[in-house]
Amino acid sequence: MTMPLMKPRRKNPVLRTPQMNLPPWARGRTALGMTAAAAEGRFELQVCERCAAVQYPPRDACHRCLSAELAWRAQSGEGELLSETVLHHSNDPFYRERLPWRLGLVRLDAGPTVIVHLHGDVASPISTQGTVAAAPAASGEPAPRQPPRPPQRSVRVHVGARLDRAGAAVLIGFPPEESEHMADDKMLREMASDPRFRKILVTDGKTAVGQALVQALVKAGAEIVWVGHAEPWKKLPGLDDISALAPVTLVPLDLSNGRSVVELAGEIGGKVDIVVNNAEVHRAFGIAARRGTDAARAEMDINYFGLLRLAQELGPALRARSADGTTHAAAWVNLLSVYALSNYPPHGTFSASKAAAHSLAQCLRAEMRPSGIRVINVFPGPIDDEWNQNLPPPKVAPAALASAIVKALKEGIEDVYPGDVAQEWLERWRENPKVLERELSAGG
Amino acid sequence: MRRASYEGVAVAVPVTVPYVRYSTHGAHWFIGRAVEALVERSGIAKDEIDGLTVSSFALAPDTAVGVTQHLGLSPRWLDHIPTGGASGVMALRRAARAVQAGDADVVACVAADANHVESFRQMLGGFSHFARDASYPYGSGGPNSIFAFITAAYMRAHGATREDFGRIAVAQRANALANPDALFKTPLTLDQYLAARPIAEPIHLFDCVMPCAGAEAFLVMSEERARDLGLAHVLVRGAIERHNAFADDPVLLRGGWLVDRDELYAQAGVRPDAIDFVETYDDYPVVVMLQLEDLGFCAKGEGPAFVRARTLTHDGDFPNNTGGGQLSAGQAGCAGGFLGMTEAIRQLTGEAGARTVADAQIGLVSGFGMVTYDRCLCTGAVILGRAS
Repeated sequence: MTMPLMKPRRKNPVLRTPQMNLPPWARGRTALGMTAAAAEGRFELQVCERCAAVQYPPRDACHRCLSAELAWRAQSGEGELLSETVLHHSNDPFYRERLPWRLGLVRLDAGPTVIVHLHGDVASPISTQGTVAAAPAASGEPAPRQPPRPPQRSVRVHVGARLDRAGAAVLIGFPPEESEHMADDKMLREMASDPRFRKILVTDGKTAVGQALVQALVKAGAEIVWVGHAEPWKKLPGLDDISALAPVTLVPLDLSNGRSVVELAGEIGGKVDIVVNNAEVHRAFGIAARRGTDAARAEMDINYFGLLRLAQELGPALRARSADGTTHAAAWVNLLSVYALSNYPPHGTFSASKAAAHSLAQCLRAEMRPSGIRVINVFPGPIDDEWNQNLPPPKVAPAALASAIVKALKEGIEDVYPGDVAQEWLERWRENPKVLERELSAGG
Repeated sequence: MRRASYEGVAVAVPVTVPYVRYSTHGAHWFIGRAVEALVERSGIAKDEIDGLTVSSFALAPDTAVGVTQHLGLSPRWLDHIPTGGASGVMALRRAARAVQAGDADVVACVAADANHVESFRQMLGGFSHFARDASYPYGSGGPNSIFAFITAAYMRAHGATREDFGRIAVAQRANALANPDALFKTPLTLDQYLAARPIAEPIHLFDCVMPCAGAEAFLVMSEERARDLGLAHVLVRGAIERHNAFADDPVLLRGGWLVDRDELYAQAGVRPDAIDFVETYDDYPVVVMLQLEDLGFCAKGEGPAFVRARTLTHDGDFPNNTGGGQLSAGQAGCAGGFLGMTEAIRQLTGEAGARTVADAQIGLVSGFGMVTYDRCLCTGAVILGRAS
């Protein structure tokens, strides 16, 4: 069984902070299909549309019938462990720093044989240690000692896909049944950004979502949660509740003010492991709904420029600490909106600011990737808050949104579409973005 | 249709460009040294070499055609065969057919690889599309983890022990001590083998080859031509190859030899017990055992008992990898696929010196190459006979 992760000891300030070496990240274009699915938390393999053969590694033709009609389809991942090894040597710097490392060879029930990172809780099919002989001696020779054949057992595994520190999909062999501290497996932690024992900044504590996030992160074991509040003189409901939690510290932070961001970065930049940027302004609705650009400018100032200011100040701090011990800097979460994919005219300027933020978040992801910091983009549908008061349900409850974000951190998911509305919009957008645009312009 | 025989084809002039652990020279340099040695030792003028095969992992972006201009050759028949451990058998088969068909009179078969300090690691990640996408990202990418899986699965299926694999490695080291070209010069005991550090369990240090730089080469021509030139040569009695056999086996525990071996022995007109020595491909000991089984020297699963019962040294009752194999001579990339071939030619032409297998008339050379993902894809074998 995996041992629970213990709180890491304080870092020795005299030692050099280790720098990140990423695992090999190169993949062919076809193989990136697996990464695209794993980014949303799914395990998909290529399936032939003609003969239904499931294949791996990804190919450009079906290995059975030569069809080029290959689709990525979700897999159960059930399979049998055929063989395992423990690496004590690697030519790759990432693995050299993490040896020994366990790998498995799994025959999926769906057909293919796959190489996986093997979770420590998966049983071994046989001990390869020791000296056991079984085959009969050649005729005429004295029989060598023949201890009984080692017991052979069939070991079931559950294979899933995760993003590794380089943001590329890899396959993981999990034990068929979950155990309490499974997520603390050394290999699995490399694929995730678990909040436990980490120091986290939540940029806005005054909203319902911000407060739900703080509660969820504290519950998930965060060591420190710094909570930004832009206007400390305002006594807003709920702030007292979260301030009472032991790990929580309120910090002044106004994302529309460059100096405020610089000051906070100077204070916590050397310590923060996860940034959750949930600050947003949601005011202006459509173009014709009000005159002038002040409200729309305020939205852009927080939703887009706020992210930019924060990323410029805290991005380098996270990058520099991405290999700093067990609870190294790990992730950056952006609260976007599913309206970032396609403009929702009744919330038109808000949609535009989120589209801008989405584009910038893609840039941030590209810049953070070389250091192994995961950028998680969250695309909720309408949140059940005061700014969506007029929208009918379903709406995402702040607590549900917060738990989706914690889950994404724990499971290494990169793109999160929480709630039924977001899921449906995503499906329609994937199917045909132009059709979705027309539908939205006609009121949804 | 019955396959035509390899009658009338001679193989001669085994050349080894001595191996070095690291070299600043590139593959072209080693190919140049090998072709120069072929010319000098055969007395055949460079311009008379009218066929060429080249096997190398380190030529890119060149292929065999670039080598012709590099060395000033003008062959009328050319092949590029970068298939690692199977390249020797495949080169010989192609060259033999070219000679029989009259497409070439004298074919130089050359394998060479460079080894710079960084090149092995760089080669691993770019070895194949499948390796880049599905094995290299898992940490060992190179063949170590794959053959660890295969070794562990073989141990589980057939009860082999580390000692069994150790016998193979220890016997090959003994053979290498009589081979001046082998990189390893000190004896290896079974205790040392067992005490070695783990690399990828159950594979330990002496289960692995040492990457190095070097070249191997030989000439293929008609028997008449070899005789006219007074060149010591061997004859091709039979040859097979097969790729991606048993693709549905979940883990590789048998190879393509099994599909074609009956045809091999029928073509050569011999049974396995008539073979005097066997040069198996040996990037890891487990594959030696697979070849002994799949080429019919023992039944499937009896490899461990076989290596316990027989002596694998050049002076033993089952001489195997008589020059030390790659495990003790070193693996010069694609040249590793030629190592068994040049050694077998030497054994059958009286050039094997202190490691000569007494009275050897017939030898078998087996090739095994190209792990693109979870298994080795190319298998092949050649039976060579002493020229009468």
